[in-house]
Amino acid sequence: MDFSDTTEEATYRAKVRAFLDANAERRKPGEVAGYRRGQDKPGAIDAAKAFQRKKYEAGFAGITWPKEWGGQGGTPIQQVIYNQEEANYKTLSQVFTIGLGMLMPTICTWGTEEQKDRFVQSALRGEEIWCQLFSEPAGGSDLAALRTRAERDGDQWVVNGSKIWTSGAHYSRYGCLVARSDSSAPKHKGLTYFWIDMKAPGVDIQPIRQASGSKHFNQVFFNDLRLDDSQRIGAVGDGWKVAITTLMNERYVAGETPGPDANELIELARVLQNENGPLIDDPGVQEKIAEFYVRTQGLRFTKFRTMTRLSRGGTPGPEASIGKLVTASKLQEITSYGLDLMGQAAGVATPDMPLAGIFEEALMYSPALRIAGGTDEVLRNIIAERVLGLPGDVRVDKDVPFTEVPTGPKRG
Amino acid sequence: MNFDFPDDIKEMREEAKRFLAAKCQPAVARKILDHGGSFDRALWAEIGALGWVGASVPEEYGGAGLGHLAVCALAEEIGAAIAPVPFASTVYLGIEALLMFGSEAQKKVHLPRLASATAVATLAMAETPGPMVVDRLKSRYSDGRISGTKLGVPDGDVADMAVVVAQDARRGAVLALVDLSGPGVKREAVPTIDPTRSHATITFDGAKAELLDGCRGAADVRRLIDRAAIMMAFEQVGGAQAALDRATSYAKERYAFGRPIGSFQAIKHKLADMYVAIELARSNAYYGAWALETGAAELPVAAAVARIAANDAGWLATKENVQTHGGMGFTWEGDSHLYYRRAKLLGVSLGGSSEWKRRLMGELKSRNTTQLAAAD
Repeated sequence: MDFSDTTEEATYRAKVRAFLDANAERRKPGEVAGYRRGQDKPGAIDAAKAFQRKKYEAGFAGITWPKEWGGQGGTPIQQVIYNQEEANYKTLSQVFTIGLGMLMPTICTWGTEEQKDRFVQSALRGEEIWCQLFSEPAGGSDLAALRTRAERDGDQWVVNGSKIWTSGAHYSRYGCLVARSDSSAPKHKGLTYFWIDMKAPGVDIQPIRQASGSKHFNQVFFNDLRLDDSQRIGAVGDGWKVAITTLMNERYVAGETPGPDANELIELARVLQNENGPLIDDPGVQEKIAEFYVRTQGLRFTKFRTMTRLSRGGTPGPEASIGKLVTASKLQEITSYGLDLMGQAAGVATPDMPLAGIFEEALMYSPALRIAGGTDEVLRNIIAERVLGLPGDVRVDKDVPFTEVPTGPKRG
Repeated sequence: MNFDFPDDIKEMREEAKRFLAAKCQPAVARKILDHGGSFDRALWAEIGALGWVGASVPEEYGGAGLGHLAVCALAEEIGAAIAPVPFASTVYLGIEALLMFGSEAQKKVHLPRLASATAVATLAMAETPGPMVVDRLKSRYSDGRISGTKLGVPDGDVADMAVVVAQDARRGAVLALVDLSGPGVKREAVPTIDPTRSHATITFDGAKAELLDGCRGAADVRRLIDRAAIMMAFEQVGGAQAALDRATSYAKERYAFGRPIGSFQAIKHKLADMYVAIELARSNAYYGAWALETGAAELPVAAAVARIAANDAGWLATKENVQTHGGMGFTWEGDSHLYYRRAKLLGVSLGGSSEWKRRLMGELKSRNTTQLAAAD
């Protein structure tokens, strides 16, 4: 067993560090990243685009993509190394995650040559940001229940309906949309996949204010949005298959989760005091922090196991499926516990609170991480069915026309 | 990054799995449960002959010289098979104490007998219920003699020798090797929560004892416990995995309300949580194995982390395996309780989670921010 990089990995890491040192601001030791912090500041998106351009020029964009897609033809372990290093710097690369991590691989897999030529390189250079128009008021975890209609009109399609939870719709140039092209087919079979211009007439973007107060995602309304048939990706009725390609890529893009962790609780418990001295010496506090520390380390070493597979040229094993499930709920619990320890003053949400107010900030964004990109419940189903091989749930919505699928009283 | 067991050890583990599938179905543990006998002597002799017991013992002392990673891999399979053999006592504690602190002569005399499974060794430590505090032990060593009473010594009824933790007026905490068949040793088998692993209360009354001279006090005793805890974590992970496997296959076969119970999300999510706990524990145990193999300074932290995660996984997986089996899970005939008993016994035998958590924090609180960040 050996934790260190191989010679090639160490060389690559050094190159990555040199690039980042020259082009990004390194976070101070102990300074914790917030969730999409700074993204709303004026000029932030332009700065993110400029940085992506530099990444592209330095050969750190599309690291694992094949050369024919304009990528580097590198290895997954190189991508992991890059991500690990960039996590130590203040960058806003997450605005490209959906486009580069999920949508461009989908276009490269299912798109026409024209579509690939037009979009992939410009996305990689950071010139155009993309968003994903999948979830709807009537279809979240049950994505295939979506109701946005795409009706054929000669060589065109007319789209009506709405999408929700669309991260970055307001700064995206393009988006990928799944819509229902045949309501009489069973729900998974009547879908078609398109790219759309977010600035086209008939697209109305309304920000959604999140529980945290920030506005990273949106509801997008379509009122007679007209699409050319050349905007279709994959065959008519194959939208579900194409969407699965997008979703399968999602597990590769999950990066480092920002926020306080066990180490921050240790720092906090060192600073705070009860009548006997620092909380770090209180047995009850010790037991609780130890539990978080053990989970944190378990995740860290689980990642090492996955990295080992990648390092040998393999694919992530089933153990990789636990990452987001454990990370998101742990973050929320750590946040709550940190606030508990701060006691009566913990309600104050200012940056001069211990650890720069990161506990107060994470309280309100951590619930989102248990929902976005697959809810805790969906992830448990995935582990149970794909890893443990348990049978699927009984379905009442398969093999019947979509129009006959039972719904609740409100129709989206 | 190479955070994995070497291929030859992985092959050995597969062989061990096959061997135990043939020789150690739960019926073997059940035989001890129903009829007594302390441990399965035939199985013990066979795994001794296969070199498992002497895996960590160098060849010059009659061992297989395979190293500690091999012990970890074997421990996982022994745990999965809930094997009723004194492997933990002999290998993680007795042999380990001799390897760490024994003189050349002591190693030459004792290790070959232990490695070949012709003798059983154990560690006699606890004297009262409660956390292990080495400096408060009442057993006394003086001039080659030992006196005191040790509570619930694992395999104490059948062990040939015990490494006894005691206090010496001059040296502080010591480890003393005692021949349990000699005069001045009185032992009484005691019932335990897992009768497939027998225990005894042992009273030493001026029994002859030889010091393991390499041990220089309480910190060294802790180091032995830390190393044992890492090996035991693998045994615990093995048992937890077996419990999950059994719960999973039952959930696929058992029908209720016209469908397999494994198609209900209440069962799925329970089993998914067991899987998560086991993978976290496995990863933490791997880190322990790395520390064990390299003798890293991180070992006390790695041991505590491995121990706590293994206790969590063992407990969760075995109790929820009972639950998944419903009424059958709570019958004597069903095997679920065998895993449940074993998991809790292992979970307390080197000290419960509560004391390990405090110990872990004792290690971590002395680190500064940069050291904490560097460990990530």
